[in-house]
Amino acid sequence: MSPTASPSKHRALGLTDHEYELILERLDREPNDVELAMLSLMWSEHCAYKHSRRLLRRLPTQGPHVLLGPGENAGAVDVGAGFAVAFKVESHNHPSAVEPFQGAATGVGGILRDVFAVGARPIAVLDSLRFGDPTRSDRSRYLLDRAVAGIGHYGNSIGVPTVGGEIYFEQSYEQNCLINAMCLGLAPRERLIRSAAVGPGNVLVLLGALTGRDGIGGASVLASAELGEGDEAKRPSVQIGDPFSEKKLLECCLELLDRGLLASLQDLGAAGLTSSASEMASKGGVGIDIDVHRVPLREPGMEPFEIMISESQERMLCVVEPERVGALIGVCERWEVLAEPIGSVTESRRMRVLKRGTVVADLPVEVLVDDCPLYDLDPIQPAIQIYQPPDRLLTGDESPAETLMALLGSPNLASRRPVFEQYDPVVGSRTVRRPEEADAAVLALQDGSAIAVAIDGNGRRVACDPRTGAAEAVYECAANVACVGAEPLGLTNCLNFGNPEKPHVAWQLTEAVEGLAEACRALGIPVVGGNVSLYNEAPTGPIFPTPVVGIVGKLPDARRAGRLGFLHEGDAIGLVGPFEPSFVGSELAKLRGEPPRGKLPFKDEQAVRDAHTAVREAVRAGALHSAHDIAEGGLAVALAECCVAGSVGARVNAPVEVFGESPGCGFVVSGPEEAVVGIGTVIGRVGGPALEISDVLAVAVSELAAVHRDGLVKFA
Amino acid sequence: MKFGVVRFPGSCDDVDALQAAARVDDAVLLWHGDRDLQGVDAVVIPGGFSYGDYLRAGAIARFAPVMEEVTEFAHEGGLVLGICNGFQVLCEAHLLPGALLPNTSLRFIFRQVALEVVDADTPYTRACEPGQRLSIPVKHTTGRYFSPEPVRVVLRYAPGQNPNGSQDDIAGVSNDAGNVFGLMPHPEHAVDALTGSTDGLQIFDSIRAHVADRLPV
Repeated sequence: MSPTASPSKHRALGLTDHEYELILERLDREPNDVELAMLSLMWSEHCAYKHSRRLLRRLPTQGPHVLLGPGENAGAVDVGAGFAVAFKVESHNHPSAVEPFQGAATGVGGILRDVFAVGARPIAVLDSLRFGDPTRSDRSRYLLDRAVAGIGHYGNSIGVPTVGGEIYFEQSYEQNCLINAMCLGLAPRERLIRSAAVGPGNVLVLLGALTGRDGIGGASVLASAELGEGDEAKRPSVQIGDPFSEKKLLECCLELLDRGLLASLQDLGAAGLTSSASEMASKGGVGIDIDVHRVPLREPGMEPFEIMISESQERMLCVVEPERVGALIGVCERWEVLAEPIGSVTESRRMRVLKRGTVVADLPVEVLVDDCPLYDLDPIQPAIQIYQPPDRLLTGDESPAETLMALLGSPNLASRRPVFEQYDPVVGSRTVRRPEEADAAVLALQDGSAIAVAIDGNGRRVACDPRTGAAEAVYECAANVACVGAEPLGLTNCLNFGNPEKPHVAWQLTEAVEGLAEACRALGIPVVGGNVSLYNEAPTGPIFPTPVVGIVGKLPDARRAGRLGFLHEGDAIGLVGPFEPSFVGSELAKLRGEPPRGKLPFKDEQAVRDAHTAVREAVRAGALHSAHDIAEGGLAVALAECCVAGSVGARVNAPVEVFGESPGCGFVVSGPEEAVVGIGTVIGRVGGPALEISDVLAVAVSELAAVHRDGLVKFA
Repeated sequence: MKFGVVRFPGSCDDVDALQAAARVDDAVLLWHGDRDLQGVDAVVIPGGFSYGDYLRAGAIARFAPVMEEVTEFAHEGGLVLGICNGFQVLCEAHLLPGALLPNTSLRFIFRQVALEVVDADTPYTRACEPGQRLSIPVKHTTGRYFSPEPVRVVLRYAPGQNPNGSQDDIAGVSNDAGNVFGLMPHPEHAVDALTGSTDGLQIFDSIRAHVADRLPV
C-alpha cells in the first residue's frame, strides 16, 4: 500500500475536517494518498451533490413516457414507434471562465458522451450561455467570442447540429460566465443501456483516448469552489477537447451496442476513472478491480492517483463478457479506437486499484459513492439588495417607439444570428425548424412525426423572486414547445447558483427548486435528469440564481410544426393566455437601471396550462399561421419579432401595458379569424409596412429589422 | 444506377449524402480503408471533418486507400462529386484545380445562400438552366476558393451572397473534362421542402440522367 496521507492534505483537496473524520471512521484506518485523492473527488460537491441532493428529491420524476430517470447518464422518454429520446443539460461554467474555448468545447463533448453512453445517437445540441455586460467589458466579449467558437468547434466537427439556445448578458456573470450545454439523442428503445456494472468475472474495458495529466482535479479544483484571483494558474485543470476522437468513439460505441457486445456503458467525465468505475459498481451492487498499469497513457511516469483521477476527454468505460472481448476489439480496430481491458467486475463490492498486481487503493464502493454526508441548507431570505443595479440606459422619458427600438437592439433581445451562424444546424437532415424560424427547434423523426426542444432561464427574474422566477422558466420553455405544436414529454434542468453554504444563496436555491417542482407538477412534466452547478461566485458576489430548463416534446406531424413569423396580410392577430404583465424583473426595468427586486406576477397554473394546450392543439390542427410566446420585452417586442420574422407589418390595439412581462403565460398568434377567436382575443391584423400599436407607437418593419439584426453584431 | 458515398473517419454528412442520393437511385457507403468502389456509377466524397481536418482540411483523407481507387476511377472518366470537405479532399488530391483557404471572417459560417448556375452543360448541372438560382446552405470554416489559373466554374454565389471571400464568387468548379466536380455548398441538405429547399436534388437528378444516357438500356 502507498504511504499514508498526511493529516492536512485532506483540506488542500477540499474535504472538511468533519468529512475526513467520517472517512477515518468508515475505513477504520487512514486512507493512503491514492485513496484520499479518490475520496476527495467523489465527496466533492460536483460528484456527491452534497448540498443539493436532498432538495432535488422534491422534483417530480414520474411520467407515462419516462424510460430513464435521474441517476443515469441521461434521462430518456418514449417518443413512439419504438424510439426513445435521451437528453440532459450540463454546465461547464468554471472551466469556461478560466479558458472559454476549451471549456465550452469540452462541455459539449461531455454532454454528447452522456447521451451516447445510454445508447442514443446525439441528434441535437442547444446551449444556454450567460456573460457579463458586453457594452462595458472586454472580458465578456472575449468569453462570448471564444465560448461560441469552442461550442462550434466541437459540435460542427463531430457532426451534431446545434439547433437552439439562449444568451443573456448581466453584470453578475462578469467573472463567472455560464456555459450550459444540452444534448438530445435518438435510440431504438431496445438499444438503451444502463451504466450498472453487471456480472462478476466480466471484463472492464477502457475505450478511446489516451489518459494524460489534463484535467487533474477539474471537478474538485474548479467546479466545487468559488472563482478568485489567479485563476489563470488553474488552466492546466481545464481539459482539451478532440472532437475527431469523440466522433470515432461515438460511431464505435453505437456499433458495439448494435452488435449486442456490451453489458454496460458509462462515460468518463469529472473525476475520470474513479467516478465512472465506482458509480458503475455502486449501481450494479458489485466491486471493480482496475490495474492502472494497463491504462494506456499519453505520458510516462504517471502516478496511480493521477491515472485514477485524470479527466482526459473522449474516453468511455464498458463492461464486456469475457468471450466477447475479441469481437469488441475487432470493432474498435475498424474505427481506430483504442480498447484496453483494464480490470474486471468482482463480487467484493470494493473498488480496488492495482499496479502490476500490487494493491494501491482498496475502498468499499459504498464509502466512495454513498457515504458522503448530505448537508441541509440553512436558507435565509436576504434583508438587503444583493445585486448592484445595472447601468441606466433609459430614463423613462423616451417615447414608446424609442423604447421598443432600445429593447429590440439591446444585447439580450437582439438577433442571435451572429452567434448561431457559427453553428451547423442541419447536419443529420432532421432539422425542420432552424434558429429564429420558431420558438422551439423541431427535428423530424422517421415516421413523419417530430420532436421539439427548447431551453430557457432568466436569472434576473429568479433574482427578484426565486420561486416564481424558476417556475416561469418551466412555463416559458413549455410555451416555446407549445408554439410549434408539441406536447412536453420530459424536462432536464441545470441549477446554476452561488455558494450554497451562504444563507442567501441557500434561500435562492431552496425557493427555486420549489418553484420548479410546482411548475412541473402543474404542467405534468417529469424531470428526467439534470445537473447542479454551485459556487458560481466571484469576489464581487454570486451570479443571479439561474435555473436553466430544457424541455423535449413531441408533435404528430412534422409538416405542421409552428412558425413564429406573421405570414399572410389580413390574418387576425390574437392574444392567448392569462397574460397579466408587470415591470418587475423586466428588460425595460433593467434598461432603466433598476436592480432585480419585487414580486413577480401571480400565475394561475390551470389557466396557463389551458393556454398552452389551446395553442398546441391549434398549431397541430394547422389552424394557425404563426405562434409566438410573449417573453422579454413584453407584447410590443413579441409583435415586433413576429413582424421581423415574417417581413410584414401589423396593426394592433394593445389591451395590456406593452412592455410588461409575464413569461410563459401569453402568446401572440395569427391566422384566420375563426381559428384565432377560438383560442384568444383578436387584437389586430397582419399587414402594412409597419408595426402600429394604436395610441402607442408606429415603427417601420425595416427599422425594427435593422436594429434587431445589428444589436449583437458589434459584440459577437 | 448506383451512388457510392465515401466514409472517412470524421465524415459528418456521409449519411445525409447517402439519403439524398437514395432519393434518386441506389446508394451505398464506401469504407475509406477498402480499395473497392463496389461497381458504383458515381462517387460522392461527403462533407465533414475527415481525420479531424488536422494538418489541413482534406490533406490526410487524400491518402486513404479508397482514394487510390477514386483517383483511378476519375482518370477513367468516372463521376466524382466532392461536397465541402469532399471538395477540399479533391483539391488536395489534384483531381480539381485550386485550393480552399480559410474564410475571410476566419470563422465557421452556416448560411442558406443563393447560387447561380454558370455552366449547365456538366453531368452535375444538366437538370438546371444556365443562370438558374439554387437555394442551398453552406457550412464551413475553410471555403474560400482560390486558383491562380483559369478554371471551369460551374456554380457561383449570387451577387452579394459570397459567404467566405471566394475568388470571383466561385462556389463550385469542375475539371476540364467535366467528370469531377467540387462545391462548398451542401446540395444533400437541400433535398426536402420539410427541412429547407429541394434545389439540391437537381444535382443528384443530373447525375442520374447523365449515367442513364451513358448506359445501354
